[in-house]
Amino acid sequence: MDSGQGTPQAAELNAIETTALTKRFGDMTAVDRIDLRIPYGQIFGLLGPNGAGKSTCIKMLTTLLDLTSGSAVVAGFDVVKAPAEVRRRIGYVPQMLSADGALTGRENLMLSAKLYGMARADRNRSIAEALLFMGLTEAAGKLVKTYSGGMIRRLELAQAMLHRPSVLFLDEPTIGLDPVARHIVWERLRDLRRDFNMTILITTHDMDEADALCDVLALLHLGKVAVTGKPADLKAALGTAATLDDVFVHYSGGSIQEGGNYHDIRQTRRTASRLG
Amino acid sequence: MTSARPAELPAGLAERSALLAFFSETAAIAQAELKKLFRDPTELFSRAVQPVLWLVIFGQVFSKVRGIPTGNVSYLAFMTPGILAQSVLFTAIFYGIAVIWERDLGIIHKLLVSPAHRSSLVVGKAASAGFRGAVQTFIIYLIALAMHIQINWNPLAIAGVLFAVALGSAAFSTFSLIIACIVKSRERFMGIGQVLTMPLFFASSAIYPLAMMPGWLQVVAFLNPLTYLVDALRGIMILGGQSVHSLFADLGILAMIFLVLATVAAKLYPTLVQ
Repeated sequence: MDSGQGTPQAAELNAIETTALTKRFGDMTAVDRIDLRIPYGQIFGLLGPNGAGKSTCIKMLTTLLDLTSGSAVVAGFDVVKAPAEVRRRIGYVPQMLSADGALTGRENLMLSAKLYGMARADRNRSIAEALLFMGLTEAAGKLVKTYSGGMIRRLELAQAMLHRPSVLFLDEPTIGLDPVARHIVWERLRDLRRDFNMTILITTHDMDEADALCDVLALLHLGKVAVTGKPADLKAALGTAATLDDVFVHYSGGSIQEGGNYHDIRQTRRTASRLG
Repeated sequence: MTSARPAELPAGLAERSALLAFFSETAAIAQAELKKLFRDPTELFSRAVQPVLWLVIFGQVFSKVRGIPTGNVSYLAFMTPGILAQSVLFTAIFYGIAVIWERDLGIIHKLLVSPAHRSSLVVGKAASAGFRGAVQTFIIYLIALAMHIQINWNPLAIAGVLFAVALGSAAFSTFSLIIACIVKSRERFMGIGQVLTMPLFFASSAIYPLAMMPGWLQVVAFLNPLTYLVDALRGIMILGGQSVHSLFADLGILAMIFLVLATVAAKLYPTLVQ
């Protein structure tokens, strides 16, 4: 399953490589022999309905979840054999709005800086830079529970970029955000790639997001990669007027809005309700 | 597979000894917890209600009964360390609720993706629980002062009380964390928390001496960590108070229990997000 850019010759440039990556929960195969080649500096989208295996995939790549079989190398290190090395080189923004509401923006960042082992001399400077980058300098001293959903997401991006990771993982980065906030998040992600050559892997079930943001997509369906390629190529293959929705229906036989298990849906709704 | 190029470590991520990193991470977690606690101290005060009821109502009435042999101290003085230990247990045992809440918000996910040691995430929480215990100690001392209970005001004794309370809080909060890792839902946790607290309390020497208990209950009390916290406190907190075991033995047993629980919790912590 080649991403289009990650040819075997360029393998040493890959930020993420998985081989037959598999996760089973009891009888259920959540992720089924997935092969990914994602070069450094790419924005890559894992696309699929709830329950397609996107979150499970991201949990394995970020060392939160054991693999059932197969292997995964992230930022040059095997997630099973060297999880600590992987963790120091990645950033992660979970699906839920996970900044601590009872702390200020700056305190959230300071906690991250300390947990990532940043030297004392570098902490304040990095935090100030990250706040500026995300447009949160003025709000830094306020409690996060007073932030809007879009501000919390940007704070989480600031937390995730603080230690300048090589690879950034975002699980449904704009779920529940209003259109303006969504576009700001997309802009910041493009900036992170441009300024720091960060590799960014996002999961999404939002076709607009996939189209607007991602260089390359993999469409997941029932734990398998149904198709992978650049958004434009995927659409062009189906005819001039095709949308990514059409692509998805073509390869999975169903709409992206279908599917999903109770847990995923509950999670999504909880996030949506927290954002009002 | 290893053909992928290792990413260079970002500048500013200092190479440190594991021990130094452990302490620094633990301090960072504890500091964040304490900030939150001081910003919203209502819980600290609501937790003070129960010990007041026990000492002022239950204690006053039972000290009239004179059916409980408490040596050369009054029943009120006898039960004061027991009520402090109870207050420590009841607060610490629900620590896991907050962890489940943080898990549902994705905070735990983020902590676990960071390179911080799993053990520092656990011990940092335990340290903040220890600090809460210190605040409860302060409240119990205030009540005892108001009720003219014979307290040992020797600074060394007070330091000993604070240390024992911190150790007990750390042990019970880590036990609570383990339960949280197993049940993973607030509803189930509340049920288990309620079921655990009362038996632990009554099967300890908190409000009656071990010697009064029937044999089978003495066995349960012997296995109950709360007994050792009560025993340590009874020996040093009140004037003329007597403990069954030596202070060294009580604190040693509590420390061992904490170490074992923290090791188990550090192993289980990652399963919270799976």
